[in-house]
Amino acid sequence: MAEYLIKNGFVFDPVLGINGDKKDIAIKDGKIVESVGASAKVIDAAGKTVMAGGVDIHAHVAGPKVNVGRNFRPEDKRQATYEPGKGVKRMSGGFSVPTVFKTGYKYADMGYTTVMEAAMPPFYAKHTHEEMRDTPIIDQGAYPVFGNNWFVLEYLKNGEAENTAAYIAWLLRMTKGFAIKCVNPGGTEAWGWGLNCTSVHDPVPYFDITPAEIVKGLIEANEYLRLPHSMHVHSNNLGNPGNYETTLDTLKLAEGISAKNNFGREQVLHHTHIQFHSYGGTTWGDFESRADKIADYVNSQKNITCDIGFVTLDETTTMTADGPFEHHLCELNHLKWANVDVELETGSGVVPYVYSPDVFVCGIQWAIGLEIALLAKDHMRYHMTTDHPNAGPFTRYPRVMKWLMSAKARDEMFAGMKNEDKVRDRTGLSTMDRELSLYEIAMMTRAGTAKALGLSHMYGSLTPGLCGDVAVYDYNPETASDPEAIETAFGKAAFLFKQGELIINDGEIVSNGNKRTLWVNVKTNENTQVERDIALKFNKFYTVSQKNYEVYAHHYVPNPLVFEIDATV
Amino acid sequence: MANIVSDVICPFCGTLCDDLEVELSDDGKKILEVYHACAIGAEKFLHSQAEDRITRPRMMQEDGTTKEVSYEEAAKYTAKILCEAKKPLMYGWSSTSCEAQSVGHSVAEAVGGIVDNTATVCHGSSLIAVQDVGIPSCTLGEAMNRADRVVFWGCNPAHAHPRHMSRYSVYPRGFFTGKGSKSRKVVVIDPRKTDTASLADVHLQLEQGRDYELLSALRVAFRGEKLPDVVAGIPKDQIYEAADLLKSGRFVIIYFGMGVTQSLGKNHNIDIAIGVTRDLNDYTKAAIMPMRGHYNVTGSGEVLGWQYGFPFCVDLSRGIARYNPGETSSNDLLMRDEVDAVFVLGSDPGAHFPISSVKKISELPSVAIDPHLTPTTAVCKLHVPVAFVGVEVGGCCYRMDNVPIESRKVVDPPEGMLTDQEFLEMVLAEVRKCKGV
Amino acid sequence: MTKISLNLITGRTIQQGVSMEGGKEKKAYTKACGIIEMDPSDMKKLNVWKNTNVRVTSEFGTVIVKAVEATQGPHPGLAYIPMGPWANMVIDPNTYSMGMPTFKGVPIEVEVAINEPIYDSQELVRRACGLKV
Repeated sequence: MAEYLIKNGFVFDPVLGINGDKKDIAIKDGKIVESVGASAKVIDAAGKTVMAGGVDIHAHVAGPKVNVGRNFRPEDKRQATYEPGKGVKRMSGGFSVPTVFKTGYKYADMGYTTVMEAAMPPFYAKHTHEEMRDTPIIDQGAYPVFGNNWFVLEYLKNGEAENTAAYIAWLLRMTKGFAIKCVNPGGTEAWGWGLNCTSVHDPVPYFDITPAEIVKGLIEANEYLRLPHSMHVHSNNLGNPGNYETTLDTLKLAEGISAKNNFGREQVLHHTHIQFHSYGGTTWGDFESRADKIADYVNSQKNITCDIGFVTLDETTTMTADGPFEHHLCELNHLKWANVDVELETGSGVVPYVYSPDVFVCGIQWAIGLEIALLAKDHMRYHMTTDHPNAGPFTRYPRVMKWLMSAKARDEMFAGMKNEDKVRDRTGLSTMDRELSLYEIAMMTRAGTAKALGLSHMYGSLTPGLCGDVAVYDYNPETASDPEAIETAFGKAAFLFKQGELIINDGEIVSNGNKRTLWVNVKTNENTQVERDIALKFNKFYTVSQKNYEVYAHHYVPNPLVFEIDATV
Repeated sequence: MANIVSDVICPFCGTLCDDLEVELSDDGKKILEVYHACAIGAEKFLHSQAEDRITRPRMMQEDGTTKEVSYEEAAKYTAKILCEAKKPLMYGWSSTSCEAQSVGHSVAEAVGGIVDNTATVCHGSSLIAVQDVGIPSCTLGEAMNRADRVVFWGCNPAHAHPRHMSRYSVYPRGFFTGKGSKSRKVVVIDPRKTDTASLADVHLQLEQGRDYELLSALRVAFRGEKLPDVVAGIPKDQIYEAADLLKSGRFVIIYFGMGVTQSLGKNHNIDIAIGVTRDLNDYTKAAIMPMRGHYNVTGSGEVLGWQYGFPFCVDLSRGIARYNPGETSSNDLLMRDEVDAVFVLGSDPGAHFPISSVKKISELPSVAIDPHLTPTTAVCKLHVPVAFVGVEVGGCCYRMDNVPIESRKVVDPPEGMLTDQEFLEMVLAEVRKCKGV
Repeated sequence: MTKISLNLITGRTIQQGVSMEGGKEKKAYTKACGIIEMDPSDMKKLNVWKNTNVRVTSEFGTVIVKAVEATQGPHPGLAYIPMGPWANMVIDPNTYSMGMPTFKGVPIEVEVAINEPIYDSQELVRRACGLKV
């Protein structure tokens, strides 16, 4: 394999404590190395920014609900230029729900090399894997959803922690999943009857368990299994005025629990798209930011991480396993509504949404995300996401960086809003002059996410021995003054390496790489009760036989990267 | 000890039953018996064993006779007609695996073809309606476990999806439907007293083609507003009763079929059926599901969706994907003489398109890739027989509720026969040669 | 000769499905699909016995099929030809610019054609396409 030397770039690597120093980065045999021989190909990075490949902790980029979004929104293809195939590239299109090819190319263009699919319905795991397999360049893993799964609800109700863990290990193996995702715990099961759970104490119909018990039980199971990533929650009551209290109630469930794993992960709970969960007020009329309350709490709790879910003020496609939320949303905006309830496991909904800068609620949502990120004390624990495509497409990350790094850019946005005063008044953003540095951006986009995923031994840094995933951006931090340059440069990497292979050369994608699918294989004690329970549910209540449920590697996961864990006791 | 393969997936209809047992001869080469399948599914497995099966490609001669050719020659011919055409139609894709579809798309992208699947004559109307108004739906097991109100609108599963009622919709005992069919009220809306209607608690025998009016009347009735005395041939009292029956359910599932998609109004009929479902969600829980026909037409829509962003009628001829049913749909293209070659795989337009479209196919350079002899193979210039997906080769398929299930190989194909995917890969290699890639 | 006007729909039957999978070139397929299911009252109007060949004509074409008594009736005024090439000789190919031909709800006329042959599926389409048989 070719050797490369990336010379004279401004390097940002929070793990190594390198903050814009001029350094050379060497790549050999797919890894970052200390040095390479004289024959190494030299990439001149003088005047450019060098970082490890980006790592996205939460994006909906593959699977059934993403494809519902694509297929039921032909108009989304009109929102961006449909690009013809060229060289190694297939034709690619779509804006908020891009095709798999576009997903791979656009992440690469942003210098990202790893992306986690945020919600995989186990029953549809094969579909998620087929899409990930067809997505070029980036390494991917998927989080199966557990928060409304009948096995989990029953075991937790009965206080059977070991059975919960054994079942989760089995399901991760069957679905080739990477982490435990929990969406609107109990609420989506309630949605099976058209109901919801909007607080952590609302009992789930029939199963008679509360969201709080589900969240706590899943956190404990996660640590019992010593998984690379923590439990990944989307808490109850998303998107509603006054929901910050539910969010705090959920976060508090992690108090007193410490991380157990061999992957360097320190948190036990990751709260996703926390922007959507930081709302004050009692109605849409008095809707306001409670970013302060949320950021204060997260700042104070070392065992919690979060990603933000920045609203980018675009027309987009919302999609979530939070079925009742999507129904609620469609009652608000009266646009088309797709819903799929999944037997024994979960549900989902998809609704297009226009975040208009002229609507003050949208403006406040935009401000809340930025507010949280600017109130953060440790950006290793606050991550860059747009909950793609829910708050906006992932292709807007460079624009979000611009807002985070430039008070001037934020003021320009404020000035364009019809209800500027109201938005300024109801949020804390207008009083903030903090501008994040590239060092902090590197934490939010690679170092912090890699660590929270338990993947800091592979990704997120330029430490020798890690994967040769390196991005070079045409951005000179010493001379750049126009905030627009941030958006331009971080949306179009000049060079990108994935596992030591040159993917982008001088702005052109020249290789589709060797994409891998990450999944976790946890060994637990033999558990005949769980085996019997599984067989029984497949015989009686599932419509696919147990033998046809498993995602077999050969076709669906042709290039796996398996994390083997021994959780036997 | 009988040689039995269990948990076999049936490659016939969108019900995609996955509980078949196939008994093989001791050497594993012959299928002797098929258990649990419906009559159609069993026939599909057994027919693959037919002695008179065509096992090599055949070119049609001027005089109407055929001449055997090799797969290599067949692949060359296929690549040639696709490369020479300005706008080839590549139709079918519904009776094959997602793996084969994916290779087919690479071919289509290279030659600038139009990829359309059987939804174009089946649930295309539904796909368009979903783009207009969305669709609240669920998996078949969700309906099995919860639904106490089951509506079959313009569909006849007793004939078209023979095990649907026993596996999912009417008879099974689900988690919250422990008494099986006694837990459910079944409503059938059909202009005929079909064999499905004869099993129903309520049959609304509407006038053919008046579905939109009746669906609209239901929405009026849900709201307690006034109706004319008779709508679509149904007295208003019956409509109010039906509306109350649905509203009083804990979970309503509406299955619909060709009765609504192929009657005048088409996608608008589905729009309002979905409107009925949305309305019902104001009172209780409700879902609606198209009864998809071919066992993997759903998969074709899924693969097209994630690769190009549209579920059918995908025109790649301009180097980017375009979608405009009515313009980029197979029958419109054929009738307007807009395509100059036809490639068919995994479908039989010769039997299932209007004859005016079939005539156009017969006049064009054409190839049909199909295990069977069909009216399509009878009019195409080249017939390439291939292995049966789901019998002689496995592959991913999507059920009518979009649930992916991997079909299973049960026996080897006759010696020397290729699979769809293998043949497509040969064609792709030839196309690349021809395009100089 | 008596002619009657009916409204034609097409669709699946279990026999259509089984015989299709058994081979569309076989007699069973013709037997299953080369038919028109009519209500007994309509057969009476037409003065036709069960299992008699009839000519079905629409604005779009014509086909010879066997008249049989509807098993899923009564449905006076409505006629049913199982989906397949026989039905597709006469259905309305208009899509009204949305892709889907009008397979259901086609006005037809039916008349007795006792001496006309019913072709098998392959011969039917080859003849219709002007190909040698």
